[in-house]
Amino acid sequence: MAKSNKPIVWSLFAAGGTLAAFLAPVLVMLFLLAALGHAPSLLHYSQLHAFAAHWFGKLFLLTVIALFLWHAAHRLRVTLHDFGLRADASVAVVVYVVAAAGTLFSVLYMLRI
Amino acid sequence: MSRKPFVREVSKTGWYFKHARYMRYMSREITCIFIGAFALLMLCALGRLSEGQAAYDSFLAAIEGPWSALGLLIVLIFAVHNTTSWFNVTPKAMPVQIGEEFLPGKYIVAAHYAVWIVVSLAVLFFAGAV
Repeated sequence: MAKSNKPIVWSLFAAGGTLAAFLAPVLVMLFLLAALGHAPSLLHYSQLHAFAAHWFGKLFLLTVIALFLWHAAHRLRVTLHDFGLRADASVAVVVYVVAAAGTLFSVLYMLRI
Repeated sequence: MSRKPFVREVSKTGWYFKHARYMRYMSREITCIFIGAFALLMLCALGRLSEGQAAYDSFLAAIEGPWSALGLLIVLIFAVHNTTSWFNVTPKAMPVQIGEEFLPGKYIVAAHYAVWIVVSLAVLFFAGAV
């Protein structure tokens, strides 16, 4: 059987899509409230810092950011092909490197909190 | 090969304008741009949060304003589009079989919408937005 990384990236895509389906609209709404000048109390520094300092908060934020990124990366790869960009190998490297870097940075930020 | 092969003219970059169904497909696929951008915004918020209160407060001040509100509203619309398109195919993605029969898809879809509403309200409540 040919070796392929497809099951890994596809499962990250599916997991991220499901998580985004349930959580993305409400999380965007929290930021939208902040943009309107009515930041919910969770987005205030003290509360968000306390949330991110707890192990559950860390796990939640890391899971959300990383899976959203891997979901977007895989779908963007396929979508760029649909838009007529046929350099799949290069596209795959770029989108997955961005997703991996984002995952790494969210871990690093988390360790500093 | 026949002497007059039939070559169908298909634009590589604009094929989806041909049919409403293709446009719906593309509208679903491009939600990833907005989900990805929002993930990067959250990553940015986390980075500023890790730098301390002054950095984080300046981040909050930077995203306040009509233009970022408009941008986030567009992100919200595409995020909801991702949600509805994702839930509407769940009966195909994970059919539920009970004995010989399959559970009608509308129940699977409805269950997802119900959980979505509960989760969204719980997050809004937890975040102190309601």
